[in-house]
Amino acid sequence: MSVDLSVNIGNLKLQNPVILASGTVGYGNEISNFTDLSKIGAIVTKSISLKPRKGNPPQRIVETPSGMLNAIGLANVGLEVFINEKIPFLREVNSTVICNIAASTIEEYVECTKALNDHDTIKAFEINVSCPNVKEGGLTFGNDTNAVGRITEKVRAATGKPVIIKRTPNVATISESAKVVKQEGGDAVSAINTLVGTAFNIRTRKPKIFNVTGGLSGPAIKPVALAKVLEISRNVEIPIIGIGGIVDWSDAVEFMIAGSTAFQIGTINFINPNAGLEIIEGLEKYCEETSISKLSELTASYQI
Amino acid sequence: MVISKAPVVSTREIHENIFLLEARCPVVASQIKPGQFCNIKITEFSSPLLRRPFSVCDVNGNSIYFMFNIFGEGTKLLSRKREGDTVNILAPLGNGFTIEGDYEHAIIVAGGLGAAPFPFLTKKLDGKKISTFIGGRTANDVITYGMENIQTATEDGSLGFKGNVVQLLKNNLPEIKKHKTRIFSCGPNPMLRALKEFCIENEIECQASTECAMACGFGICQGCPIETAEKDKYLLVCKDGPVFDVRDVII
Repeated sequence: MSVDLSVNIGNLKLQNPVILASGTVGYGNEISNFTDLSKIGAIVTKSISLKPRKGNPPQRIVETPSGMLNAIGLANVGLEVFINEKIPFLREVNSTVICNIAASTIEEYVECTKALNDHDTIKAFEINVSCPNVKEGGLTFGNDTNAVGRITEKVRAATGKPVIIKRTPNVATISESAKVVKQEGGDAVSAINTLVGTAFNIRTRKPKIFNVTGGLSGPAIKPVALAKVLEISRNVEIPIIGIGGIVDWSDAVEFMIAGSTAFQIGTINFINPNAGLEIIEGLEKYCEETSISKLSELTASYQI
Repeated sequence: MVISKAPVVSTREIHENIFLLEARCPVVASQIKPGQFCNIKITEFSSPLLRRPFSVCDVNGNSIYFMFNIFGEGTKLLSRKREGDTVNILAPLGNGFTIEGDYEHAIIVAGGLGAAPFPFLTKKLDGKKISTFIGGRTANDVITYGMENIQTATEDGSLGFKGNVVQLLKNNLPEIKKHKTRIFSCGPNPMLRALKEFCIENEIECQASTECAMACGFGICQGCPIETAEKDKYLLVCKDGPVFDVRDVII
């Protein structure tokens, strides 16, 4: 039996629902030593900002129970270097690329989107309105449903490609902002970005990461992420790209059942950079075993 | 770079709280160079979640060796690995020491567990005059495994010179000046900073293996920045290092 693994996000058709999350694959070149990017549903680039960003000083990362905190601070090469040096590689490896954009003003989001819109390699945009680790970039917008609406509206007007808004879990009701995204013409929401967390060294009494707080990711956040996906799924009719602690195919199935059309894997890429392909194989096998001919049937198939 | 499930041959405590793990991993053993590192997933479970970076301590035939102390949950589990267990190794990673070049005298400067990469380097420095300077707070911190022509320094004077290892090196300056020298170093940041100053002052080439918390080990997580002379950007310890010319980085 051949299984149809393809899924649609707006007018973007992916060969399978496995997407490598922003900030966990750089711009594709390092991870391509371990995995075949042309077989992965899509990859989301590290957040691009108009100008390069140096990022936070060390320590940027600390492990926590079944998870990790990171405060990278949107370190990235900036729009110009991305276009000149990174896009050619992504084109060459035949990867479906979703470009993640971070900005500190609405105008900057629009300017980045316009500058990248003509590049055929980029198939969709993911708008980061929820980075917890830079003061001016994102989280202030992410907490403000009206601002999320304005950004969605302006970016929507700047491109005909699918617009995905990445949502923070650090709000009371995530479904409210998903509603706004839909109203303003966004094609999908990706949820969740990391949860704000911290950790202390008990000898020095200092935070373990320089930025004091960081974003928690990994298996530790999976139940929270699933609940947020379910909340959006039950309240808003919009494609959801589920994210949060997926390490294997069974986690991915769970996210699809909870309402995800596609899903992103993040932290696991650091541990097993071939996890995406292994998940695709696992999904295929699961579908065969359970007589599912079209994987997308799983989306929001919860029995509640 | 490969990911390899390597059978453990043995784990021995070679010094108080210092362990040496031997794993059979032909593909890494044949490729890895001194100063490069392996990122090791210790269990198949999600806790501990991340891989742990270890510099390669030695290579012998198909075996690679890692030297470590028990620092947290990961290293505690690693110290209990026995024959029949496996470790999942992602390697070889980073840039190791540059051995090639025009110098006669190789000086190794190590502080505490910073001794880890030097048994392998010592082997590969075949034909050079080698001097090794090892420092620690007390005699217990001085690890001499696999090294030769050793002078030691301890802060409490319990072994060798009383003081730090860079002071000991300074005392040897007249002897050092006799040859064209390259220093290979690894240890705590205060030691590396003092060593950098000493080397720049005396115009001695010096490579230092640096350390930073990291997740992936090959450049995608961006977790391990190191400050450089260029103010507007960081290098990454995992990919651009971990071994740097001391002049190129701010330690």
